[in-house]
Amino acid sequence: MATAVPPFETFYEAHRAEVFRFLGRRLGRQQAEDAFQETFLRALRAYPRLEHGEHLRAWVLTIASRIVLDDVRRRRPQGELPELPVEDGRPAFEELAPLTEGLPPNQRAAVVLRYGYDLGYDEIGDALGSTEAAARQATSAGVRRIRSHTKEHR
Amino acid sequence: MTATLSPVLDERFRAAAAAEGLLDVVYDVLPDTPVGALLVGVTDHGLCRISFDPDPELELEQLARLFGSRVLRVSRPLDRVRLELDEYFAGRRRRFEIEPDVRTLPVYNRRVLAELARVEYGHTTTYGTLAAQSGNPRAARAVGTVMHRNPVPIVLPCHRVVGANGKLTGYAGGLDRKEQLLRLEGANL
Repeated sequence: MATAVPPFETFYEAHRAEVFRFLGRRLGRQQAEDAFQETFLRALRAYPRLEHGEHLRAWVLTIASRIVLDDVRRRRPQGELPELPVEDGRPAFEELAPLTEGLPPNQRAAVVLRYGYDLGYDEIGDALGSTEAAARQATSAGVRRIRSHTKEHR
Repeated sequence: MTATLSPVLDERFRAAAAAEGLLDVVYDVLPDTPVGALLVGVTDHGLCRISFDPDPELELEQLARLFGSRVLRVSRPLDRVRLELDEYFAGRRRRFEIEPDVRTLPVYNRRVLAELARVEYGHTTTYGTLAAQSGNPRAARAVGTVMHRNPVPIVLPCHRVVGANGKLTGYAGGLDRKEQLLRLEGANL
């Protein structure tokens, strides 16, 4: 049976310090403060739609990563924008969700963070609580699975 | 760079969450009232919880189950409840302005609690009387259960309900507290 969604306070207390460190590393202290509030406000808005309490750590770090990306894009001068798969404003997770359904959770999160949010393997490792090498491995295992899966259904 | 989350930033997020109306329940713990620590919770509809000797983990689970998972500790929205309770404990308030939120309770419980709310400061009534006023004189035991499950003791004054023989009988917060509250109100014991 899936774990129940915990009260928000419990979730917030469990992850706030790590989210703040994650944002601090990516943005520096000043920007991290605004991004911190925005991360948890977004989490709060989405919270009633959660169906179970699993992988909440990866979930909130995914939200934080997305805010980091938005922030970096905002501050980068026009023309230097990298091609990111989140340009059209739709949550990248939603676009990738149908493809990644059925993957083991860590592979799914790794693929989404890599191709949905363009994070480096070191950051994905951070987000998933594993290592850079493990993140790389999970991502490529996930991609292999998607490939074989889409072939089967062609 | 390792950054540590400051208490200021933590409080700022909590306040913003409440200000944006994103919370199902806002709660806080009042650590030292004359009856000990109290956990107090409010929804958009009013006061939904006062509990003695709170075990926060358990309390939060219950609040989340009843009202929604967005339960967060924020100090400011509880200011009014805190003030009214302070005044009550100081003997300067005989009636609470804050509305209890009893939406999630069964109809019978709400009916009994509505009768309970009419019992005046410093007075007592009996389980049997309250049962009769709520429509069934023989339901004294059921009334006792409703009192035991009163989500907002003190404000809905279940401490003013005693046994037919005048004995204090029982209280979710313990008989000592029941006696303490009645003495505070100057009731005849």
